[in-house]
Amino acid sequence: MDDAEVVILWGSNARAAHPIFFHRIIRAVRRGATLFCVDPRRSESSEWADLWLGIDVGSDIALSNAVAREILANGLENREFIERATLHFGEYAQSVEEWTLERGEEVTGVPAAAIRSLAHTYAKADRAQLCWTLGITEHHNATDNVLALINLALLCGHVGRYGSGLVPLRGQNNVQGGGDMGAIPNKFPGFQDVESDEIRGRFEAAWKASVPPRKGLHLTQMFEAMEEGHLRGLYVIGENPAESEADVNRARGLLEGLDFIVAQDIFLTRTAQMADVVFPAAADWCEAEGTVTSSERRVQRVRPALRPPGEARTDSHIICSLATAMGHDWGLPAAEEVWDEMRSLSPMHGGMSYRRLEENGGLQWPCYDEDHPGELFLHSRLWADPPGGPLAPFTPVEWVPPVDRLTEDYPVRLTTGRHLDSYNTGVQSGSLKSPIRIGGTIDISPEDCSEWGVSEGEEVRVTSRRGSITVPARVDESLRPGLVFMSLHFPEEVDINQLTIEAWDPKSGTAEFKATAVRVEKMPAPVG
Amino acid sequence: MTQPETTETANTVSLTIDGSPVEVRPDATLLEACRQMGTEVPTLCYLETLTPVNVCRICVVEVERNRTLVPACSRIAEEGMVVKTDSERVRHSRKMILEFLGSSVDLSAAEDEVGEWMEQYQADPARYGPQSEPTAAGERGRRHPGHHGEVNGRTAEGVHQPTKVDNTLYVRDYSRCILCYKCVEACGIDAQGTYAIAVAGRGFDARISTEMDLPLGDGACVFCGNCIGVCPTGALMFRSEWELRRAELWDPDAQSVTRTVCSYCGVGCNLELHTQDNRIVKVTSPQDHDVTSGHLCIKGRFGYDYVQNLGDVDRSSIDEVLAAARRPAPE
Amino acid sequence: MDLRFTDAQPTAAEREAVESVIGPARVDSHQRVRTASNLRIFAKGMQSVADRRHLLLPALEAVQSEIGWVSEGALMHICRELSVPPAEAWGVATFYSLISVDPSPPVVLHVCDDIVCRRVGALELMEGLEANGQTPNTRWLPSPCLGQCDRAPAAYIQRAGEDDQVLVSIDPRTRPIGPDGSVVAANGQQESPAAPQAGQAHLRILRRVGTVNPRSLDSYLAAGGYRALEEAVEMGPAAVVAEVKASNLRGRGGAAFPAWIKWEAVANSPEPVRYLICNADESEPGTFKDRVLMEDDPFSVIEAMTISGYAIGARKGYLYIRGEYPLATRRLRSAIHQARDAGLLGESTRNGVSFDIDLRRGQGAYICGEETALMNSIEGLRGEPRNKPPFPTVSGLFGKPTVINNVETLCNVLDIVADGGSNFASVGTPQSTGPKLFCLSGSVRRPGTYEVEFGATLGDLIELAGGLPEGRRLRAILLGGAAGSFVLPDLLEMPLTFEAASEAGVSLGSGVIMAFDQHTDFGDILARIAAFFRDETCGQCVPCRVGTVRVEEALARIRRDPQPGDLELIEEIDLAMRDASICGLGHTAAIALRSALELGLLE
Ligand SMILES: Cc1cc2nc3c(=O)[nH]c(=O)nc-3n(C[C@H](O)[C@H](O)[C@H](O)COP(=O)(O)O)c2cc1C
Ligand code: SF4
Ligand code: SF4
Ligand code: SF4
Ligand code: FES
Ligand code: FES
Repeated sequence: MDDAEVVILWGSNARAAHPIFFHRIIRAVRRGATLFCVDPRRSESSEWADLWLGIDVGSDIALSNAVAREILANGLENREFIERATLHFGEYAQSVEEWTLERGEEVTGVPAAAIRSLAHTYAKADRAQLCWTLGITEHHNATDNVLALINLALLCGHVGRYGSGLVPLRGQNNVQGGGDMGAIPNKFPGFQDVESDEIRGRFEAAWKASVPPRKGLHLTQMFEAMEEGHLRGLYVIGENPAESEADVNRARGLLEGLDFIVAQDIFLTRTAQMADVVFPAAADWCEAEGTVTSSERRVQRVRPALRPPGEARTDSHIICSLATAMGHDWGLPAAEEVWDEMRSLSPMHGGMSYRRLEENGGLQWPCYDEDHPGELFLHSRLWADPPGGPLAPFTPVEWVPPVDRLTEDYPVRLTTGRHLDSYNTGVQSGSLKSPIRIGGTIDISPEDCSEWGVSEGEEVRVTSRRGSITVPARVDESLRPGLVFMSLHFPEEVDINQLTIEAWDPKSGTAEFKATAVRVEKMPAPVG
Repeated sequence: MTQPETTETANTVSLTIDGSPVEVRPDATLLEACRQMGTEVPTLCYLETLTPVNVCRICVVEVERNRTLVPACSRIAEEGMVVKTDSERVRHSRKMILEFLGSSVDLSAAEDEVGEWMEQYQADPARYGPQSEPTAAGERGRRHPGHHGEVNGRTAEGVHQPTKVDNTLYVRDYSRCILCYKCVEACGIDAQGTYAIAVAGRGFDARISTEMDLPLGDGACVFCGNCIGVCPTGALMFRSEWELRRAELWDPDAQSVTRTVCSYCGVGCNLELHTQDNRIVKVTSPQDHDVTSGHLCIKGRFGYDYVQNLGDVDRSSIDEVLAAARRPAPE
Repeated sequence: MDLRFTDAQPTAAEREAVESVIGPARVDSHQRVRTASNLRIFAKGMQSVADRRHLLLPALEAVQSEIGWVSEGALMHICRELSVPPAEAWGVATFYSLISVDPSPPVVLHVCDDIVCRRVGALELMEGLEANGQTPNTRWLPSPCLGQCDRAPAAYIQRAGEDDQVLVSIDPRTRPIGPDGSVVAANGQQESPAAPQAGQAHLRILRRVGTVNPRSLDSYLAAGGYRALEEAVEMGPAAVVAEVKASNLRGRGGAAFPAWIKWEAVANSPEPVRYLICNADESEPGTFKDRVLMEDDPFSVIEAMTISGYAIGARKGYLYIRGEYPLATRRLRSAIHQARDAGLLGESTRNGVSFDIDLRRGQGAYICGEETALMNSIEGLRGEPRNKPPFPTVSGLFGKPTVINNVETLCNVLDIVADGGSNFASVGTPQSTGPKLFCLSGSVRRPGTYEVEFGATLGDLIELAGGLPEGRRLRAILLGGAAGSFVLPDLLEMPLTFEAASEAGVSLGSGVIMAFDQHTDFGDILARIAAFFRDETCGQCVPCRVGTVRVEEALARIRRDPQPGDLELIEEIDLAMRDASICGLGHTAAIALRSALELGLLE
């Protein structure tokens, strides 16, 4: 990152959401890198950019297609790389053909000259990084958004090289690790397919148990299953769906209708309050031994600094005890034993012994054996001659406007994000006595404020097709008219998920948080 | 393809330090050269992760054919240099600098080495006379450059003043400030890019300040605590540490440090949790960790309270004091 | 950058003052101007932020001089316009003693109480002012040397919204300004000094002083002005550098460094962007020679800078003048305009030279005369000296190769080019070539700026200035300024050359010769010198920041009740300051003091 010539932050306000990563961007910018920010808001990150592109919410694919078209129209693509290391280029080129700059401008709202500038600078750079976060992935077409960006990187050969690459920024400390470890419905640890007989066989042999041969449900599907009545009980570990689900009213109703909920959490969350049984858990990062994996696929150790309070126990302790109670005596294995078993089954973690993690300050997967240093960049194989492994496919993606249309009744686009000192639903950061806390507000452009006669701090009513809440207004210069912003952090004060939409991305299961249609109304003056 | 290509330029530079030859890479500083050969050079304003400002001058060494001593921390080694790190002149300047600091600043919470150097160089700050009275709160922040009050020589003027406690997270006790500029660099150009603090005023009245000397929360500060992380003297201190010290419960011997990973975003910042009595009392990040270089954000630095703000569960002896730290102003 | 500002807004007048120097508001500023396009795209890289930073001090100065002080609203406005973090702007504003961040009356009188003025009535004057109290319209403050020691006592008046003014030869028994801020008639309003030797035929560097009209380019041209530039262009840049080398011209700003070494280094630099700086900060107590040149022969400064810029390949020169020189500033500004209008300065001149000059005013900081502090000051940073190496010839202003020379040094270049370097070198001694200006003040009959050839003795100069007044005997001389040293009359025979001075263990510094008679209270003088350095140190390095305070305290003890060990303590402090400080201020801060103590002047 430090040596990149061009950095694009796409749908990511890293300055607030990933501040330490942003230090690296600052360093690169100081060394002369050109920074582009693609974000509907002129966010804190955008303030550092050489060029900020204020796109319309949900038009990312349109923008990336237009960028690709511009690159192709000027012959700036990396032909050599495309030919040796990729598949389906022709199809892709065909698919973006209609995305002229003019069309791009029309759909995204970004002036053609700016799209052109991004396209040319990115394509001509020797080393360019493309980074994104939830701005990209919390959409109903999240996977397509990501694919659209990958297409761009492939087009210019900006993958798998020193100083060039794709950088997905994870929102939570161990989302990556959760996925790596098989906490997704269709994978074993190490992203190994559950539905492959061979792989499943290995796990069954090691675990001396049989594993269902079909993939499970992701979160959104679970709620659908609840709706249909197939799913009757839930064991919730460290999640708070009663607050974090989009269209939260529906989610709560469904949870209430379940026969049985077990919640395991360090907090008595709203979900835990609804549960039949609650297991108090230790905080994994400071009260337990284990590992986490960061966005850059770096596996690092966490260690207990504190004894857990009261009757709280570590997650593995709770799970093993539960197994014992259910008639399988797993004992209480140390975290390292669990880890070692996992890496015996997941090749890409094979070389990551606790000792090596310690010595190296963490290792980046894949790390196949104890002599392997871990990989600084993925996909460097694409540059090998001949490219090792399968070629990288282009995936044409089609732009679809946000599901929640803007209409006369709901004329304003609501989008969501994070503030620097707060975090997700706020259960952790809530007790941080931050001197810079911006409470739960709806942020509105100065123009809309004056148009609607709303002033700073005034309570307004925000209504979407799903619900309605009242919330204080905050004037925010980073917004343009027609765009309002709310943070996710204060469910107790502001139940934003009452407003958001439950459309979800069929490929990844992420819900659309980022593009809700609302109307904002001044509250009637109190009578008398 | 995992490493950038390095262009080999001139290979090494040879010089002599305290009579022994040493070879270093071309852009090495004298400090790096000294460290390479195991020669100790004291430093105060220098930190690997920050641009050298070379202002404390404690690291000065003697270089032949240079009229004055030179700061080892920033001077680049040159071919054929002859360097002395422990000559009479070097020892004298270091001693005087330590005396100047000791006679004007409260060094009681400074890094341990400072005390050791005081002994090593036989610094005697007391010989400048008794300390002047502390100034009233805010007084130093309003001084106008180019003017100062009556000087009678009966006391040694110092920078002592009341601690600035204007938020729940950390305090600024500028009685302890040696003006090493580290906090300014960490806040601004070298890491955080926030520029909430800078040096204001001039001469002996120079001080670290926000604009208009505003309370931290009213300025640009984002409470990342990166300034605390680099402060060598304890001038910048976690509110929790400050409250515990006030209550005389701060006990470094009873503390342990555990390295773990931050529980918030996905960047993977390493934390060092300093715990005492099963409570986190402050958080640092290892400077040599290549994700953070020692820097954190507000969540990683201060966002730990949720694991120990437990009401009555397991109430421990220091919880009262930590609770006081959660109040905006001290009692 | 995601900067944060307070909500304070400027008044219309403040806004206008800022606009007068930095131009109209720009859409890419941190004002967040909300145009339709700004709500969609916004282009502002770090480079465009960096490019505007140098306007910080001029913007602060503009507000200070129009309004009389810099309010929070004005400061925030400047920060938003220039994308400067407010804390840094605050750090810069509070560095300069002529900038006030507290509400101030429209008239502020800075009364010099420095070495010379305090001996001829400044203290009385201040007592009178004190007794009268401050008024709603006026305030007074003591000031270090104002560079008017030949017409002491002096005061500098800052006037909000009007031209600043200097009062000289003030009658200490009167009030120099009335309660409304107007100058009371009996007191000397400043006029051009015209050196005592003005008009004498043998003068070289002072030859136009008092004989040409400093306001008129035509007058300058008629006196042979701009012929040197023509000659230089004929010769070509390399030949100009060669002549300067042959002349062996050494710097007149204090360090006596050979000018050609810097010129050659920059002229040969691979870096295409280079700068020339004319150091006109002249704040060394007792120094006023550059003022004479700038006030009475401003065009020669401009022409000399142009030749120098041409020779070293710089397209841009900065003239950094101390804020307390309003008359010189006005004359130089006018000279610059006239030269531009006449096609003698600017993008492409009649001579085919492309060189322009930006005049910058200091705002009350002696340290900004130090070359690297001066560069930081121009760049909009605090005026803190940089550690060297790298030297300015390698990395100077804005990190580019830079030649910085004193006003007098540069003015010598005119004759060097016109008459040839070797002719110049034939004047004086082999190591101290050419004419030299000395600033005579204190106990002499005719204080003023005098030109001699190198080789004249200390006694010759005292003689030139008319010797001491009736009944006064020479007790000591402060040679070289507050950063120089005291010498006794036994050195009157010493030729004033760099080599002779160096042999005697003293320095000519900036050419200060300040005479003290038998009635001098040296304790008082030394205390003022100690206070001066303590006030003027930038404060970044420990030995100087604290050392100057400890010296002042030790001196106070010695004056009250000398104890064994006091002298040794000052010696010890001096040694550390000389050895370990960053810049010349720290290196020299205790020298005068020590010399006086060693010479027994306090006994
Ligand atoms: C504290 C301090 C103040 C100085 N002030 C001035 C000054 O006012 N004018 C000046 O020409 N040089 C001054 N100098 C010297 C400059 O740093 C520099 O040597 C000079 O401008 C070089 O020009 P010259 O070679 O032509 O003398 C000062 C040096 C120090 C250390
Ligand atoms: S906490 Fe962070 S932002 Fe605030 S002053 Fe310190 S370094 Fe700067
Ligand atoms: S507060 Fe600490 S880090 Fe900052 S200048 Fe003072 S001593 Fe250095
Ligand atoms: S010697 Fe004095 S004036 Fe020079 S840099 Fe150091 S503190 Fe500043
Ligand atoms: S450590 Fe070198 S000057 Fe401070
Ligand atoms: S002008 Fe007053 S001492 Fe120089």
